Amino acid sequence: MTNGTTTEPVDRRVRVVLVDDHRMFRTGVQAEIGVTDRTGVEVVGEAADVDQAVTVITASRPEVVLLDVHLPGGGGAEVLRRCAGMLASTEAPIRFLALSVSDAAEDVIGVIRGGARGYVTKTITGSDLIDAIFRVRDGDAVFSPRLAGFVLDAFSSTAAPPVDEDLDRLTQREREVLRLIARGYAYKEIAKQLFISVKTVESHVSAVLRKLQLSNRHELTRWATARRLV
Amino acid sequence: MTGASTTQPRAGGAYAPAAPDPVPLRKLYRSAEGRMLGGVARGLAGHLGVPVSWVRLVFLALLMAQGMGALLYAVFWFVVPLGVGGVEARRPDEEVAPDGRRHLFARKPDRGQVFAFIALIVGAAIFLDRLHLGRANVYVWPLVLIGAGVALVWRQADNARRAHWVEVSRRKRVLPLARGAAGVLLVGAGVTGIVVLQGSAEHLGTVLQASLAVLVGIALLAGPSVVRMTQDLSAERTMRIRAQERAEVAAHVHDSVLHTLTLIQRNAEDSREVARLARAQERELRAWLYNPEGHGKDESDEPETLAEAVRANAAEVEDHHGVPLEVVVVGDCPLDERLRAQMQAAREAMVNAAKYGGEGGAVQVYAEVEGRTVFVSVRDRGPGFDPDAVPDDRMGVRESIIGRMQRNGGTARLRSVPDGGTEVELEMERAEETS
Repeated sequence: MTNGTTTEPVDRRVRVVLVDDHRMFRTGVQAEIGVTDRTGVEVVGEAADVDQAVTVITASRPEVVLLDVHLPGGGGAEVLRRCAGMLASTEAPIRFLALSVSDAAEDVIGVIRGGARGYVTKTITGSDLIDAIFRVRDGDAVFSPRLAGFVLDAFSSTAAPPVDEDLDRLTQREREVLRLIARGYAYKEIAKQLFISVKTVESHVSAVLRKLQLSNRHELTRWATARRLV
Repeated sequence: MTGASTTQPRAGGAYAPAAPDPVPLRKLYRSAEGRMLGGVARGLAGHLGVPVSWVRLVFLALLMAQGMGALLYAVFWFVVPLGVGGVEARRPDEEVAPDGRRHLFARKPDRGQVFAFIALIVGAAIFLDRLHLGRANVYVWPLVLIGAGVALVWRQADNARRAHWVEVSRRKRVLPLARGAAGVLLVGAGVTGIVVLQGSAEHLGTVLQASLAVLVGIALLAGPSVVRMTQDLSAERTMRIRAQERAEVAAHVHDSVLHTLTLIQRNAEDSREVARLARAQERELRAWLYNPEGHGKDESDEPETLAEAVRANAAEVEDHHGVPLEVVVVGDCPLDERLRAQMQAAREAMVNAAKYGGEGGAVQVYAEVEGRTVFVSVRDRGPGFDPDAVPDDRMGVRESIIGRMQRNGGTARLRSVPDGGTEVELEMERAEETS
């Protein structure tokens, strides 16, 4: 995607906590993104299960948490639930980026509904991951193509329109943006394609995330139930 | 593996040699299939190797002789366990429902069974009417009541045993309970009738009280252990199911994952092959874990829907060319002629992308069904190329993709995308009826 972050000197910093129950994986991520001088990412803590994660996050107050979905002790959704207070805090919010090997719909929808700001799969490259971390830190949402596909599916496949239709439906533009994400475009490429700024793309994606968390709850639930996901 | 014995039904079916058993193990069972009352006649017939009707006739004849037949039948019913004796090899599709579960419960009482019951009742009534036992005559009706109650409860036991074969069936518990209660009631009424007839009616209250006290006492003594036993049984059953599940997972992991790992060890220096194997395995395991409906499905099955077709094509291309393809499908619809053509074009596009653009990373495949329009895009991040610069003799793109789409009434667009790479967009209207 953007190779810029790895080569040009960085003047920005982000404090990150890694939550994953596989030590090998944490080591790998650490090696990939943790060279602070080059990437700007500073790994301030690691955790292997839910309890540990809550402790570490509370103690180190990172800006971004890379969160695995499957964890001993209740999974990523449980961590999000217990950290709900810090998630909502206004002066120093902690943002969660789900990083999982699973791209099953129930996992994805579960952590997004729990309040994660993005979802990327473990096939992501190091530079893309760094990019995603900074974007999440800045308050934007990061979707993987697959997640975009799930969201499009969720919003389009329900036949009967709900009562608050206007509130729930994605706008034409948001739909377009999601579609391009699902087709594997990077945010920058989407901006070029649609002749809008990257900031606008990001705000569209954030709007989708907001709708996903707040207003579309019953529709998504129905969708998930119809597929026997919940 | 511990599960070996628990997966018995399936394994047994798979390993049992089909042909050489003209002389099956002759053990006397009452038959659960094709029976009229208790399945005694059917079971005996199977055991003796004679037609059922003969056995039934013999029983009838014996019935005429002072009710011997009925007594004999009752004894058999009581003593012989219920099994699957006496039935000629049934067609297996009859026995097993499409969802793989045995069909025993779904069975409705057939006409023969109802007829047999009616005949039995009428016969018994006539028999009783003609019975002249003098003073003992008055005891007949209470005895009949007791007999009916016992029969009711014993039929219940039959069913319970059958339920055992059918594994844990989620049935309503009301019916068996009601039957049991009715049986007890009948027996109780019969016994009371005898007591009353014996002329000790004035002691009836006392007797009832006493027997109630005894019953309560027995319940108090035996109750806990019975409850405990039931719990143990269901716990054991759960454990068995779990073990079976685990065995299945273990078997799958053994079949596919270990096998793949061995192959990978052997091909360790060929990184392309290793990547291919690992990806194929990942895909299979993912499908197995996350979509239960894809479970055990044959790979060679012709895909029925668009989503399946896209995934199957992508999987094949991925295997052949060793380039990862990320597939996202939104919506789904059944395949028709036009969509099949579109799938072929898409496949060609995937092959091209994997061949020429695979160095740039994963190839993105996106398919969407929106209303009647089906849209497929295939993009790679390779160097890209100029369609006009392709020599005329190279027919791949021009014929297989663009030409094919146009012949079937769709459109294909080829373009370079912003940061390098190529994208093929295929659009097609579905043939008929809307979803």
